Amino acid sequence: MKTNSPLQWLTSREGIYYLLLALLLVVVLPLLLDPFRLNMVGKYLTYAFAAIGLVMCWGKAGILSLGQGVFFGLGGYCMAMFLKLEASTPEATKNQSTPGIPDFMDWNQITELPGFWQPFHSFSFTLIAVIAVPVLLAFIIGVAMFKRRVGGVYFAIITQAIAAILTILIIGQQGLTGGVNGITDLQTLMGWNIRTDMAKTTLYFVCVGLLFLCLLVARHVQNAKLGRILVAMRDQENRVRFSGYDVASFKVFVFCLAAGLAGIGGALFTLQVGFMSPSFVGIVPSIEMVVFCALGGRYSLLGGVYGALLVNAAKSGFSESFPELWPYAMGALFIGVVLAFPNGLAGLYERYIMPLEKRLPVIGKYLDKDKPAPQAPPVVSDQLSAEKP
Amino acid sequence: MFADYSSTELMSIFAMQGFAGLSLFSVFVLMAMGLAIIFGQMGVINMAHGEFMILGAYTTYLTSQFFQNLMPELFAASFFFAMVLAFLVSGALGAFVEWAMVRHLYRRPLDTLLATWGLSLILQQAYRSIFGAREVGVDLPDWMMGAFNVTDFVQLPINGLFVMVIALSIALAVYLLMYRSGWGKKVRAVVQNRPMAEAVGINTAGVDRATFALGCGIAGVAGSAFTMIGSTGPSSGQAYIVDTFLVVVFGGAQSLVGTIISAFGISQAQSTMEFFLSGSMAKVLTLLVVVGILMLRPEGLMALKVRR
Repeated sequence: MKTNSPLQWLTSREGIYYLLLALLLVVVLPLLLDPFRLNMVGKYLTYAFAAIGLVMCWGKAGILSLGQGVFFGLGGYCMAMFLKLEASTPEATKNQSTPGIPDFMDWNQITELPGFWQPFHSFSFTLIAVIAVPVLLAFIIGVAMFKRRVGGVYFAIITQAIAAILTILIIGQQGLTGGVNGITDLQTLMGWNIRTDMAKTTLYFVCVGLLFLCLLVARHVQNAKLGRILVAMRDQENRVRFSGYDVASFKVFVFCLAAGLAGIGGALFTLQVGFMSPSFVGIVPSIEMVVFCALGGRYSLLGGVYGALLVNAAKSGFSESFPELWPYAMGALFIGVVLAFPNGLAGLYERYIMPLEKRLPVIGKYLDKDKPAPQAPPVVSDQLSAEKP
Repeated sequence: MFADYSSTELMSIFAMQGFAGLSLFSVFVLMAMGLAIIFGQMGVINMAHGEFMILGAYTTYLTSQFFQNLMPELFAASFFFAMVLAFLVSGALGAFVEWAMVRHLYRRPLDTLLATWGLSLILQQAYRSIFGAREVGVDLPDWMMGAFNVTDFVQLPINGLFVMVIALSIALAVYLLMYRSGWGKKVRAVVQNRPMAEAVGINTAGVDRATFALGCGIAGVAGSAFTMIGSTGPSSGQAYIVDTFLVVVFGGAQSLVGTIISAFGISQAQSTMEFFLSGSMAKVLTLLVVVGILMLRPEGLMALKVRR
């Protein structure tokens, strides 16, 4: 069903789902939670950016990247470098042997700000870099891999290796990056103290706003012809190629899109949490991002958001009360999602809850009238056979 | 970085670091052999491979404790019992995992990756609950202590040599099994063309289970050998998993010879560079070079000629 005006879209079935999410994030959670918990939800939402990227990249286009943490981390580090430079004024660091450089550089006997830190004095440069640096890296990786038709499993393993490389590099170059502790002690953004409750709540709403912006962008891509080509590529790559499309360029595009989204998430993460460290870059966080996406439903954008929220909430809940049980729960989640319901929560919803919708008073009838055309078929596609000629 | 050294000094540095790299080489070969079977032949990405290895290591630890306390006179031979036991334990767990999980996912390789990652989390936590978070070491019997003095500056520790011998003999055994035995022929037939293999009467499900169990069993032996040169902790396996996958992919996933060559190349490059750079930078450079070469030559070093 084609909807043209925004109002028509908002009253369609899909629009109502978006409105419900907005209601939850903008009204319900801020009313229910104190600023500390709300800040945690904001932190979870930053992972939702990466999850949306993975929905596009993995769910729609069938490219599993195990390196989303790299892009998340790069976005986060760009923001952290700006904030750190702002925090390291000559007055604030006058006890150091070289005032005016970040404290960890001083501890590592570095006496001058390295060249690649210099541009991060500028806020506008930082805002561009938050998206541009991850996208650029994704572009280089994507072009190198997809033009040579490396895909599937190999791509996943190589992106994982890149996640490992970046983590080792960050930890090894302690003087330039803050090492294993990361970049800590971030206080102000353009003179505005980001540690107060008020600032944290404001940042939460900024995060929600940007999340919806990104959701709409991703939704636009998904509904455009581009999105259909991505899905076609996932299911029958060779047929798309034989129809005259440049498969590699589409893959590079969607990989860069996912990287950019993860970068935005990383920057917001730094702002809300107040530090950035290599533990958000490496192999484990990257794979966890895949779980957010898989649990929510790998082909559903909203599913990705709910997946990120639920898994992280469960993680905090478990680690507060039974820290030793969390790895079991997480492992079982992985296995369960893959074996029992590969389409995640979104798939379960469509299968079991959607048929019940029409029993709802008033709205049920209305929703029933607007049954969506079956979207992309369940993704459990068979990538091996797709590669065979 | 070479400028500060004379050429004779450089030669001896290379020789010294080369021998030091051999123990890393052995670990790579041992882990990669199991993975080359599971990933290279079956196309299953087993992210829990490191945990199967650690299972073998803990089995060895328990066996040596058993011998030390109850039969000290047989302690010198305990490693041989332990290796067989490690093979059986890891292989049995592998067969169970194949039955419960992997066989449902043969057509979805990316999903096996996620499921086995989940398995690895569960196993790691299980090790942590049972054996504690601290690393455990195995006491070496007397005959494994000591070293050969090859020249003044090159010493070969006997335990390292022993591990290398194990690694190479396992590689040889795997080669004979896969390429020179009837069973290996069946495995390769199933890999190449499943419906045809079924049509000529091969029990493909059985072959799959046995192959997966064999790969896991070899990982167990790898773990057993690993205890002779290092201590074992719940997450020791994870430290090697990315490297091992790179070794297998870099060598060309379906070629055992390629796997050995790439294990040799990667371990030697890393060990030599460690002398000149810090350990982490050596690792970064090695991995970057490997990833770079893979981007230029995605099929790996020794590729089968396949039309694409």
